[in-house]
Amino acid sequence: MANRARTSLPRTAAAHAILLTYTVIALFPVFVIVINALKTRRAIFGHPLQLPGPETFSLVGFQTVLQQGDFPLYFWNSLVVTVVSLVFVLLFGAMAAFALSEYRFRGNTLTGLYLALGIMIPIRLGTVAILQLMVATGLVNTLFALILVYTAQGIPLAVFILAEFMKTVSDDLKNAGRIDGLSEYRIFFRLVIPLVRPAMATVAVFSMIPIWNDLWFPLILAPAESVKTVTLGAQIFLGQFVTDWNAVLASLSLAIIPVLVLYLIFSRQLIRGITSGAVK
Amino acid sequence: MGALNLSNVQKSFGPVDVIKGVDLEVADGEFCVFVGPSGCGKSTLLRMIAGLEDVTSGEVRIDGAKVNLTPPSKREIAMVFQSYALYPHLTVRDNMGLALKQAGEAKAEIAEAVARASGMLSLEPLLERRPSELSGGQRQRVAIGRAIVRKPKLFLFDEPLSNLDAALRVHTRIEIARLHRELKATMIYVTHDQVEAMTLADRIVVLNAGRVAQVGAPMELYNDPANTFVAGFIGSPQMNFLKASALGETGETLGIRPEHLEISREAGRIPGTISHVEHLGGETNVYINTDVHGLLTVRLFGEHRFEVAEVVHLTPDASRQFLFDAAGERIRV
Ligand SMILES: Nc1ncnc2c1ncn2[C@@H]1O[C@H](COP(=O)(O)OP(=O)(O)OP(=O)(O)O)[C@@H](O)[C@H]1O
Ligand SMILES: [Mg+2]
Repeated sequence: MANRARTSLPRTAAAHAILLTYTVIALFPVFVIVINALKTRRAIFGHPLQLPGPETFSLVGFQTVLQQGDFPLYFWNSLVVTVVSLVFVLLFGAMAAFALSEYRFRGNTLTGLYLALGIMIPIRLGTVAILQLMVATGLVNTLFALILVYTAQGIPLAVFILAEFMKTVSDDLKNAGRIDGLSEYRIFFRLVIPLVRPAMATVAVFSMIPIWNDLWFPLILAPAESVKTVTLGAQIFLGQFVTDWNAVLASLSLAIIPVLVLYLIFSRQLIRGITSGAVK
Repeated sequence: MGALNLSNVQKSFGPVDVIKGVDLEVADGEFCVFVGPSGCGKSTLLRMIAGLEDVTSGEVRIDGAKVNLTPPSKREIAMVFQSYALYPHLTVRDNMGLALKQAGEAKAEIAEAVARASGMLSLEPLLERRPSELSGGQRQRVAIGRAIVRKPKLFLFDEPLSNLDAALRVHTRIEIARLHRELKATMIYVTHDQVEAMTLADRIVVLNAGRVAQVGAPMELYNDPANTFVAGFIGSPQMNFLKASALGETGETLGIRPEHLEISREAGRIPGTISHVEHLGGETNVYINTDVHGLLTVRLFGEHRFEVAEVVHLTPDASRQFLFDAAGERIRV
């Protein structure tokens, strides 16, 4: 809207209508979870789409969640696993991407292809081998086991995206650094990383959600009480015969909050990166 | 301090030979310009001198010491890039001081060197700004300032002016010439603009497809080209190449500069019709179609009236013509 000459009202309206429709569709399941988490069990089944009213409002789900099991601990575990995995994915992914995009060496293309394979082959196919490995190294039931797996899972996409971006960073700038005596590490951390920050934020957002939501690896590698993650913790309310829906919905609502916070942090970075690049 | 010596320097990227054996001596304090068409390897050669690109074979010596394996920061060189390449996260002051800081100089000395360099280029009002807050011309001055601060043995410039507009280019060119006089440092300057080459250089190295076509002072190359490549490359508008046999001369090609072709409406050795006339005020360029020699250019000083499709006659000035053999090498008589 800043530029009147390039936008017309009908076009803007149409674009907004499409975006709003999509937003409503995308947010609808989240919305249903959150409103039902605040209702009594009867109301959840009677009128699942109704907003909580004076008679139907109830915090019983949240009470159950906070009493049963150690949910603050589960949250902490999820947070540690997600944040540490993300840091590793970004750090090692960016380093590998820099090596692949910056240096000419034998096997460069092959290494790139090998890493790209990881995008196409799901890591879950190797679950049995991973479990054996973790048992052998004594890492079962530790958060570190999860961190290692998620780091491996996230690196291929990170390398793929970041290598493309790093190719666009001016060679002259890196060479100026070399002539001024900066080490390759300084060039990487001080010159290249800030310039690919938007890409780093994109990778962070894409890698974060699957890690936070994963149930598979916590169930297999770290099911013990002290290292449970939120998604695994919430499973205690899902029984084969009885399911405490209040508690399930409440725990899911709570699980959204940290993801939201992380997302806000990264998307601010993302937007800042984009605008600082555009204005130059 | 600051002599450069290249002996049989070669560079290949995989199977592609880019520099095919260059021998060159640059004396201390000399202003040496590399020119040549795009892709002939000027930047590659400069980057090899800087140490940013490995030398495939041959030797690079600075002040007599072989530096083939010396990292760029230890070669006591400074480089100015076409794209400025300023550090975006540092202020102008820190951009200029970074190399000395990396070398572990004392704060007071860095401040003094930055002050001296920014004084020479009138950069004082800009010192606290970041590169994003500068215009293109100011950025290039900062990049030159950053090079001066280091007091290098050798200044390397890779087309530093080609991102600037015409007026600024002239201005900065004069500034670089002044810096060369004041600093008395050795400078190696890559450009494909022959005006820059002619006006700045003590000596020009003309490169063609990875080889040195000729080395010499600007006027030497202009008045005494060694081959058709140099003859055609130096001078604008380009030299005319005529068929020597048709004019009763030895050799394959007769080269004559546009200003040394005489044009007349009455009589002359080569008849032709005017196909186009360019009026530039100070000079007039006339393009003439001939049957035997193709399109020829005549350069006249001052304003002249010629009409398209007029029939004219051309006569080369025999004392200013050059003869070349079939391989394009000069035949000297
Ligand atoms: N890293 C590289 N790998 C393969 N070939 C390269 C590489 N760098 C340069 N070349 C090739 O080397 C040749 C010379 O390149 P160079 O950049 O030195 O040309 P130049 O004379 O500076 O041209 P310009 O005036 O356009 O800057 C070109 O044909 C280019 O394709
Ligand atoms: Mg170049």
